[in-house]
Amino acid sequence: MVPLSWYIILSAVLFCIGVFGFLARRNMIVMFISIELMLNAVNISLVAFSHYLQQVTGQILVFFVITVAAAEAAIGLAILIAYYKNNPTVKADDASLMKG
Amino acid sequence: MIKYTLIPLLPLIAFVINILFGRNYIRDKAHWVAIPAIVGSLLLAISAFFDVAGGNVININVYDWIVSGDFNVSAGLMIDQLTAIMLLVVTICGTLIFIYSVGYMHGDEGYYRFFAYLCLFIFSMLVLVMGNNFLVMYFGWEAVGLCSYFLIGFWFNKKSAGDAGKKAFIVNRFGDFGFGLGVILIFLTFGTLDFVGVFGQAGSFAGQTINFLGWEVDLVTLICLLLFCGAVGKSAQLPLHVWLPDAMEGPTPVSALIHAATMVTAGVFMVARCNPLFIESPIAMNTVAIVGGVTAIFAATIALVQNDIKRVIAYSTVSQLGYMFLALGVGAFSAGVFHLYTHAFFKALLFLASGSVIHALHNEQDMRNMGGLKKYMPITYAVFIIGTLSITGIFPFAGFFSKDEILWRAFLAGDMGKFLWLLGTIAALLTSFYSWRLIFMTFHGDFRGTSEQEHHLHESPKVITVPLMILAVGAVAAGWVGIPPLFMEHGDKIGEFLAPVLGHPSGHGTHAQEWFVVGISSLVAVLGGIVAYVMYVKKTDIAGKIASAFKPVHALLYNKYYVDELYDTTLIQPVMKASDKVILGFIDKTIIEGIVNGIPNVIGVFSRKLRTIQTGVFGSYGLAMTVGALCIIGYLFFQR
Repeated sequence: MVPLSWYIILSAVLFCIGVFGFLARRNMIVMFISIELMLNAVNISLVAFSHYLQQVTGQILVFFVITVAAAEAAIGLAILIAYYKNNPTVKADDASLMKG
Repeated sequence: MIKYTLIPLLPLIAFVINILFGRNYIRDKAHWVAIPAIVGSLLLAISAFFDVAGGNVININVYDWIVSGDFNVSAGLMIDQLTAIMLLVVTICGTLIFIYSVGYMHGDEGYYRFFAYLCLFIFSMLVLVMGNNFLVMYFGWEAVGLCSYFLIGFWFNKKSAGDAGKKAFIVNRFGDFGFGLGVILIFLTFGTLDFVGVFGQAGSFAGQTINFLGWEVDLVTLICLLLFCGAVGKSAQLPLHVWLPDAMEGPTPVSALIHAATMVTAGVFMVARCNPLFIESPIAMNTVAIVGGVTAIFAATIALVQNDIKRVIAYSTVSQLGYMFLALGVGAFSAGVFHLYTHAFFKALLFLASGSVIHALHNEQDMRNMGGLKKYMPITYAVFIIGTLSITGIFPFAGFFSKDEILWRAFLAGDMGKFLWLLGTIAALLTSFYSWRLIFMTFHGDFRGTSEQEHHLHESPKVITVPLMILAVGAVAAGWVGIPPLFMEHGDKIGEFLAPVLGHPSGHGTHAQEWFVVGISSLVAVLGGIVAYVMYVKKTDIAGKIASAFKPVHALLYNKYYVDELYDTTLIQPVMKASDKVILGFIDKTIIEGIVNGIPNVIGVFSRKLRTIQTGVFGSYGLAMTVGALCIIGYLFFQR
């Protein structure tokens, strides 16, 4: 039986990798993937707690997160493609039209 | 009795119709709306006159106007004997002047507007005289002032007309301020504004004092003087007379109706109406008498040397109003109202006749460019002579009886009365002189205008001359209702008629004294005419010689005692400077604009700083989010 703490650690590590990727990378697609990574890190901890506490609520929440992530990926990629058509770049720093 | 509410209502309806539909639909048919309305009011006024002739008083409460705690004011109308006389004066003069205006204002682009304002004026004036409490009276009082402003500035494209309108309005404000305070003080004192309630209690408040700006002053005296302030402004007495001569910028029918026959007599009416209050205060009565007497002579001297035909008559109006106040001040209220009534006829006549002259000369008002009009305008000449005989007080014209009654009552009123009588008699001499001077300069001698004007000289059309002839009948016969007992037994009908409201004047004199007063006043009336005849017909060079011999005096009179200049330097300029420097320069530009511009400026500065946070760099947003989230987690973690 794998102890709960291992799952938590795995989740934390994945989350941190996601945060790092989001902050450090400039490619918008990679940033997307990092966000997905963070969401899935949270999913892991939710499932782990669900099993540990013998409650199904956590797993239901995971379904919601997966649904939201799918929707977010769909919209985000659509925006990205629209953006790319106007500005042939996927570098996040170049998209600074709203700079104050 | 409710039908009498129609007296003011008909002109109001005519005003509403004309002002709403005049410009697009009625246009030059505006008199078809206005004249039926005023004729309707006239007929109702005659009916009302016979209703109150028996001695009863009509009181109509139209509706409760203001009900607030102890403060109850109804919009109520009252017709007593005094009101009935005023109603007749207003509606008769109004009707004739409306008809005259059809001819005089023909073709003016503001024709409908003119009749609309005239109707509004008649409405306001009727409300003023019919109100049964001070607030309704005050409403009418302010409304006639407003109409006066509209009509003086009727030709608003002319700057002088606009200025004259403003001047009339602003000068009246000084007086009306006093009147307003008087009304407030009446409410504080008597707890009501109804005439009946106030006058009923007047006696019980006599002698009470009130602390006013640190002085103990007699309460009733203070009320009376404040009310009299309003009368001084509205009736153009010293020192607020300056607006009336300038008001001649308005069309001539307006001068005749508002600035001779009706509105300017509102002050006289008001003092007469408040006679139960004034009687309780000898100081106020003396003030009224002295202001009246001094104004009578002051304005008459100015009229001696003026060259504008309407200005001469305007100063004559100021002078005659002074007579009326003189009468009120010596306690002869019915004599004052009697003179008001006769004056309305002969002064409206003189104004309308001068309008006829001005019309014939195409807006020429300077008498130096007139002369010899007698043969071109026989009807105007004839009515002008009648008006002049009446104003100078020649037996048996209307002015004779009323003026003589005033002088006689003044003569009886003690030592100060004798002095006032002397003032009045001198003013009568001057009146006679300037009135005849006007006739001789206008109608006698040779025509002094341009040949083009001479070519167009013509008698005015019937629509103008017929009202003149009717008024001339009034100027002859209006005084016969007040023939003194000296000439006719059971005379002085008007005094008897007004006695329920105004009481009987005190003082008795012998017949010999009365003949003396009559004789002197007739003598000066004739004398003034003879002097004018010699100076302006026989030896026309005398006038110029006298003017150059007494140059400073002539200049003083010609420039109206420099009163306008005095007000300009002492009041108007300082106020203008103060408003320019303090109000505009400091309060408006510094404080108000400082606040108004300051707030957006501060916000702008902040926003410019604040917007640099929005860098547009994804990384920094993400970092901020992460750090923020960490901070929240850290806080929650370490909080426990």
